[in-house]
Amino acid sequence: MQALSELVEAAASEIDAAGDLAALDAVRVSYLGKKGELTVRLKSLSQLPAEERPAAGQEINRAKQEVMGRINARREALESAALEERLAKDAVDVTLPGRGYSIGGRHPVSRAMSRIERIFQNAGFGVRSGPEIEDDFHNFTALNIPEHHPARAMHDTFYFPGGKLLRTHTSPVQIRSMVKEGAPIRIIAPGRVYRCDSDQTHTPMFHQVEGLVVDRGISFANLKAVLHQFVEAYFERRAELRFRPSYFPFTEPSAEVDVLWEEGKWLEILGCGMVHPNVLEAAGVDPEEFTGYAFGMGIERLAMLRYGVTDLRTFFENDLRFLRQFR
Amino acid sequence: MKIVESWLREWVDPDLDSNALEQQLTMLGLEVDGVDKEGAGLDGVTVAEVLEVGKHPDADRLSVCKVSAGSEQTIDVVCGAPNVTAGMKSPLAVPGITLPNGIKLRKSKIRGVASNGMLCSAVELGLGEEADGILALPDDAPAGMPLTEYLGLPDTVFDLDLTPNRGDCFSVLGVARDISALTGSPLKSPDIAPVAASIEDTLPVEIPLPAGCPSFAGRLIRNIDPTARSPLWLVERLRRSGLRGISPVVDITNFVMLELGQPLHAYDAARVQGAIRPRLARQGEKVTLLDEKQVAVNDDTLVIADDSGAIGLAGIMGGLSTAVSDATTDVFFEAAFWPQAFMAGRARAYGMHTDASLRFERGVDFEGQGRAVERATELLLEIAGGDAGPLVHHVAESHLPQRAPISLRRSRVVQLLGLEVGDDVITGILERLGLTVAANEAGWEVVAPSYRFDITAEVDLIEEIVRIHGYDAVPETTEIAASPLRTVTESVVDLDRVAATLVARDFEEAITYSFIDEHSNAPFVANGSDLVLSNPISSEMSVMRASLLPGLASSAAANTARQQERVRLFEIGKSFHGSLAAPEEVVRIAAIACGSAMPEQWGTRAQAIDFFDIKSDLMALLALAEEPSDIVFQSLEHPALQPGQSAAVMRDGHKIGVIGKLHPRVAKSLELKRDAFVFELDALQALASTAPVARPVSRFPVIRRDIAVIVKEDVSGDELVQAVAAAAPDLTRDVRIFDIYTGPGIEAGLKSVAISLILQETSRTLTDDDADAAQAAAVQKLRDTFGAELRD
Repeated sequence: MQALSELVEAAASEIDAAGDLAALDAVRVSYLGKKGELTVRLKSLSQLPAEERPAAGQEINRAKQEVMGRINARREALESAALEERLAKDAVDVTLPGRGYSIGGRHPVSRAMSRIERIFQNAGFGVRSGPEIEDDFHNFTALNIPEHHPARAMHDTFYFPGGKLLRTHTSPVQIRSMVKEGAPIRIIAPGRVYRCDSDQTHTPMFHQVEGLVVDRGISFANLKAVLHQFVEAYFERRAELRFRPSYFPFTEPSAEVDVLWEEGKWLEILGCGMVHPNVLEAAGVDPEEFTGYAFGMGIERLAMLRYGVTDLRTFFENDLRFLRQFR
Repeated sequence: MKIVESWLREWVDPDLDSNALEQQLTMLGLEVDGVDKEGAGLDGVTVAEVLEVGKHPDADRLSVCKVSAGSEQTIDVVCGAPNVTAGMKSPLAVPGITLPNGIKLRKSKIRGVASNGMLCSAVELGLGEEADGILALPDDAPAGMPLTEYLGLPDTVFDLDLTPNRGDCFSVLGVARDISALTGSPLKSPDIAPVAASIEDTLPVEIPLPAGCPSFAGRLIRNIDPTARSPLWLVERLRRSGLRGISPVVDITNFVMLELGQPLHAYDAARVQGAIRPRLARQGEKVTLLDEKQVAVNDDTLVIADDSGAIGLAGIMGGLSTAVSDATTDVFFEAAFWPQAFMAGRARAYGMHTDASLRFERGVDFEGQGRAVERATELLLEIAGGDAGPLVHHVAESHLPQRAPISLRRSRVVQLLGLEVGDDVITGILERLGLTVAANEAGWEVVAPSYRFDITAEVDLIEEIVRIHGYDAVPETTEIAASPLRTVTESVVDLDRVAATLVARDFEEAITYSFIDEHSNAPFVANGSDLVLSNPISSEMSVMRASLLPGLASSAAANTARQQERVRLFEIGKSFHGSLAAPEEVVRIAAIACGSAMPEQWGTRAQAIDFFDIKSDLMALLALAEEPSDIVFQSLEHPALQPGQSAAVMRDGHKIGVIGKLHPRVAKSLELKRDAFVFELDALQALASTAPVARPVSRFPVIRRDIAVIVKEDVSGDELVQAVAAAAPDLTRDVRIFDIYTGPGIEAGLKSVAISLILQETSRTLTDDDADAAQAAAVQKLRDTFGAELRD
């Protein structure tokens, strides 16, 4: 009979030689299977004298353990090699683009508008809207612009037969909101406005945000503060502002606001003023008890300054090559 | 309004240079829109006297001149101007300088004759737009004096963008008043002394409607020299102010208007028939104006009439029949005050806008008529001689604008401005502005001057105070506002979330015009739109859109024309419906997609977009609202959508929008050369929502059973799913169609549909028996409802 050690050695070399899991399993069966050589030897212990059995048994078991250990080690090695091979086969070109689509983008005017809304909402302003097809009363008369007022000529109004019109500014929302909610009131009103004017620097439709605060004791100093804070919040930097006297029939005093831009140039960005007592009265608010400020700004203008857009008309051409620059 | 600095400084001369003056004008609310430097680049041009003019030996049109520029030495100059004559004074440019028009002068020989300088025209000097020869300077112009010094150059011209409330600033005087109030530099009114009459003659003037003409000043001047020319200083003033010199009479009326703000009219007195009579026009009355256009006048408009009828539109433009000409020797100057109530909107009604109407509409100093006529008379006598008649001045005091005292409360100034202003500062400002100020207990009683039409209430006074005191002086004070917390509603989905969802699904947001052309709008309105603009920019932008889709489709077409293969756009905006009496505005969400379903890529087969791609985008939006399960798609006939590939989107039985393929005919009319799929939703209805209510999540496993049935082809997916779901409603969690097949093995007109049932109980584990029963019920239901056959 072959020595146990030789047997183990033979098994070890067969294990090492097994190239795959199937071959390794065959080796396992030939040594440890039901009819495997070590199994057979274990079974033949009974033929030994009783006093030799424990030692012989121990020896065979040790051999069995060793073979088993080697098989397991070899299995692990084979399995890990197989895994690596499989993984290597699965490798992809990680530089290829991902599947599906990317994202679109918001229009720069909406983007600016949305930021402006958030800035004011954070300070407790409500957001209101109003009709775009307006009547003469809300667009002009209630805003202290009676018929034939020279200021009407500045508005280049689109009219419908019978006198209705497309609102020329978001200011009518001041009137509608005050009539509905009374004072105190603290709102902004963004939206589309229309003027019958079309050239390089004018489009017949554009967007404004109106602001209105009416309360007891509101002053021009409050207006200066809120607009300075707004401009700095919007441009995310320190800004120098210049308020200069101007004229809007619905505010008194009125101001135009310039911001100091590159190369020391003052750029006009918005108009504002203290709400005219006639406007408060038209909206049913007592101008002795309440005072207020109002402002209006062109969103396209603010978007152009913020995003470096140089031609107003591109906002309404909807050229994908332009729009895709805003995510 | 162009304001010439040198002219302004005759009236007020503050210690400010041109730049500082520009700043101050803007900070006064008289915005400087542009600044022109007049007479720059004229260094080296001098006043020269032409001593001799001889013929050029080789050129008929050229003269050889000897000129003197002040020194003993004469200069030879070859000149081509027809008007060069011996003894005249004209500007001389010498070699080495570059004229404003870019000509660089050097010594040269012109056809063999040496020329050491150039006599210049107004155009060459940048002092005019046209010239018929060299510029003739007055005979007393001192030879040798630099031209700039002689003409008061360089001069600055401020182009003011005046606001409509400041009619008083349409003059040098008006602007000077504001500058004086700001700087404290005194207003220097040039002497305008009454001119004594040398003859008794006048034209009869009748004022039948004093309310329409409460102040009328006039004067007859006879025997002026019709050959007189306006002096250079006058023409230069006008030119720098943007007006062309015409004749002494016309130039003087313009000059006085620019200086004092009072428009004047000059009649050829010999051509006026009978009395001058301002009155309301008779409806349709015709008058031919100075610009030779005939106007039919409305009866709300003031005309000037004589015995022949209307001879001019009051405050707008004079008439042709009585206009002054080269032959006029007798002139009648008119300066009237036409009240705003009679001027507002009138010029515009005739498509006119004149320097006079501009001023009268905004308000002219009602005390300035006499002064203006005196000024004009003085100038005319100086320039063209003549004999002045007496000043005629009709004033109807009771019809002049009233200047009621206005109370100004000290407390209100502080309250409105958020700034303490001292009493002396307040009174100082108001007085410098020409207001009459009297102190009282609470503050002051203030009366506005005759030239200010914008000061009628306390707040107007406060505006004047802060305007002059300076907006910079007002501090920045953050208001303390009661700011209670507000609801953040979940009853409607935020439009920002809608936009974000579409952006995440690869749509770009577009903004298209609210007005479109009638043809594009037609498929979206039943009987034509009522909402048509009276004065559109163009017919392409004349109708308020009833849908956002035409605008989006046009944008998509423009993009595909720019080689964009795959276009996906959305817009959130209003559509307009209803009648003009009761227009309705609806916020809508619309999208268009054309090209391939996915951007071209290596890992996905290229596939053209189809109905189910855009439907999935739509469903994603509807999924934002809580409980969107009651959404039904109903086949739809829509003129803008392709039949068989379009549907109405129903929610709770209400139509909330449409979806489908753009009708090829519509696409073609919009020049969109690709299949396009669109949807449009009513935002408010589609996005109405509630706060979600959580349900317990079942801990028990689900069982899936698949059924394949053969049904008629016209049985809709929705119908099948609903039937299956209704068969065992307690157990059925979900029903999905996972395959649809037609073709070999299936009879024509039928289809095979594979449906999976997802079954689950919340309280126990389902048994196979439960699942079998549910499946059998579903099959039975399909058999009963659709005659479905089970497919093996």
